[in-house]
Amino acid sequence: MNVPEDLAYTREHEWARRKGSRVVVGITDFAQDQLGDVVYVELPAVGDEVKRGESFGVVESTKAVSELFAPVSGTVVEVNDPLVEAPEAVNEDPYEEGWMIVIEPSEPRQLEDLLTSAAYAGLLAEQD
Amino acid sequence: MPQRTPLHDDHVRLGARMVEFAGWEMPVQYAGILEEHAAVRAAVGIFDVSHMGEVVLRGPGALAALQGAFTNDLSRAADGQAQYGCLCREDGGIVDDVVVYRRGPDDLLVCVNASNRTKDFEWLAAHAGGAEVRNESDEWGQIALQGPRAAATLQPLCDVPLAGIGTYRFRPGKVAGIECLVARTGYTGEDGFELFFRPDRASRLWSALLDAGQPAGILPCGLGARDSLRLEMAYRLYGSDMDDGTTPLEAGLGWVVKFDKGDFVGREALLRQREQGLARKLVGFQVAGPGIARHGHAVVQDGRPVGIVTSGTRSPSLRTSIGLAYLPPALAAEGTSFTVDIRGRPVPATVVKTPFYTHPAPERETP
Repeated sequence: MNVPEDLAYTREHEWARRKGSRVVVGITDFAQDQLGDVVYVELPAVGDEVKRGESFGVVESTKAVSELFAPVSGTVVEVNDPLVEAPEAVNEDPYEEGWMIVIEPSEPRQLEDLLTSAAYAGLLAEQD
Repeated sequence: MPQRTPLHDDHVRLGARMVEFAGWEMPVQYAGILEEHAAVRAAVGIFDVSHMGEVVLRGPGALAALQGAFTNDLSRAADGQAQYGCLCREDGGIVDDVVVYRRGPDDLLVCVNASNRTKDFEWLAAHAGGAEVRNESDEWGQIALQGPRAAATLQPLCDVPLAGIGTYRFRPGKVAGIECLVARTGYTGEDGFELFFRPDRASRLWSALLDAGQPAGILPCGLGARDSLRLEMAYRLYGSDMDDGTTPLEAGLGWVVKFDKGDFVGREALLRQREQGLARKLVGFQVAGPGIARHGHAVVQDGRPVGIVTSGTRSPSLRTSIGLAYLPPALAAEGTSFTVDIRGRPVPATVVKTPFYTHPAPERETP
């Protein structure tokens, strides 16, 4: 399972990437593999507020519905709208094309509470 | 501990993701649900359906006994013919929906849903009259081979001419040297076969079919594809779309209730319901906005709940969100619009004709 070293992770299988002051968010390779073929993604609108640990959207496969949890609190400043038409990008390229939202964090220090790639990989190993 | 089918190790070896379903550890997918779904629509797919149960009625009283507990009319089925119908309670509630394989008037094999193996056996035993009723669920393995290339895949392995087995017909035959009941039945809307055989032969048969299907592009398929395929056909799923609390008339299965055949359990209640009119009907719908309606989502009109979604998915063939829902008759006509509450968001939907999916062109091959 691909766990890029330069990202931070949640226990709910979201990844977070720093981009200047902002944070790009998506779901991990493990999460997309568990879900199976993603057929629908429901994302917030630009300007919406999200709170750390709370649901900001939904990703659905043919069989399963899974909530998306914000890794940090803040304001949504970008949304990957093409995912609505092409949700398969979440399966094919979860860390690049399959990104979901960009957050302008209200409390940037929350980033430090996220899991490192090593810690997240350890979490996955426990689940096997 | 969930039960395992005789093909469990084969699924694991093929990289299946195993899930628990109706007390069984079953493959939900191998390569992926969309790919498996497409293989069945365009070529051929193979499913382990050994979790399905088999209850057999034998003896001189077998036909009369089952006629008295089954909504469809088995006197209209020939020997070697299969028939779909319901077992109903006195109040008309559905005990199960089943396929009866009429081997003879004194030998009827009832294929029942996995979750209802025990319930159906006990129900049929209680309504057996003089017939012998056996729960043979553990004595049969079952494989479904489905898709336009199913016949071409099966024929080279099979010693009976498949052209001689019409839809919903069956006959005994050997497949890869293994004694089977070869039935032209299925749950996908495609041409195809269901094979019944002794479970200790399962692995050999599965491998032979997988090998024979390679030129056609066969894929092993899991419960995920089985569900999306059946829902595109609006085939009902027991436990989701109907249960002991719903009647065949409400579930849109009035076509398998034969009031004129004589008495059967539930007939009085169903007659009464037909005369009084239905309070709800199961209909097919298509979602107009973004989102996927799921089992349990409420149907809302003027801000109050008036119905419930029982099945829903994104249709891989149609690329739209489809589903089945119980609606009041006033909302059940084709073209009627209503709203589904998808996690608090009202999403418009429209009642449409079913099946949702029809094959672009009849591609059924000979044999």
